Amino acid sequence: MIASSSPPSEWQYVAAAYLVVFVFVLAWVALIAAKLGRLQKQLGELVEKARARG
Amino acid sequence: MVRVRLSALAAACTGLVGLALALIFFVAPTDADQGFSQRIFYFHVPIALTSYACFGWGAWKALRYLRTRDERADLESYVAIHQGVIFGALTLLTGSIWAKASWGVWWSWSENQLVLFLVLFLFYCAYFMLRFSVEPGPARANMSAVYALFGVVLIPVSFLAIRLSQKFIHPVVFTSHGPQMTGSQFFVFCVSFAALLTLFATLYQVELAGKRLDAHVRELRELLT
Repeated sequence: MIASSSPPSEWQYVAAAYLVVFVFVLAWVALIAAKLGRLQKQLGELVEKARARG
Repeated sequence: MVRVRLSALAAACTGLVGLALALIFFVAPTDADQGFSQRIFYFHVPIALTSYACFGWGAWKALRYLRTRDERADLESYVAIHQGVIFGALTLLTGSIWAKASWGVWWSWSENQLVLFLVLFLFYCAYFMLRFSVEPGPARANMSAVYALFGVVLIPVSFLAIRLSQKFIHPVVFTSHGPQMTGSQFFVFCVSFAALLTLFATLYQVELAGKRLDAHVRELRELLT
């Protein structure tokens, strides 16, 4: 018995489009957050260095 | 003051996006011609218009840099164009999904508006190749600013392309007679557009703050070593 694959319905295309936007924006925000976390850590290290100097 | 403004922007963005989604799926009427898949329009077109706004803002900041030689304007131009490329990629992705649902194909090379938008997108992708092939400094900022200004000429060409072609399948919604949609559809579209512009404004401020912090950290590291 051969399984027949029906084309995606309209709501699946709509869901895919909105999901793409959501995932893109989420990934973008996650990248910005990761970068800010890294910068915060670097800033902390530099502050420690400055304190150790004087 | 900056933190309050960014928090307010983020709150407004969250509220508007939530409202837009609720309106799109529970209020907007189903289109008679395209059916349920037409709801992609409420994000796809505002995303495209937001990408135009990003490139336009980047070009404005580029012009400000060329007039004032203020490095901050160069950074603001770069961030705006970066955002524009991201929104441009989203336009192409959502447009392809809508094309598959409506026309049965992911892309059509015979459609002027699609191809011209792709050209605009690739033009601004090349901006980064140009920018990062040159050492940081006034020369890089000058070249980037001039490039960004050249690119903005493509925006009205891309926007008006649909009016220049004789035969097209890409829908024309905004004509010289006004928006070709019902009042409720137009209202939902406007809310969605406002939501995406606010999203751009929020992420623009966040990315700009991150880049400025990065510059300060580098400067501090150089001073301490």
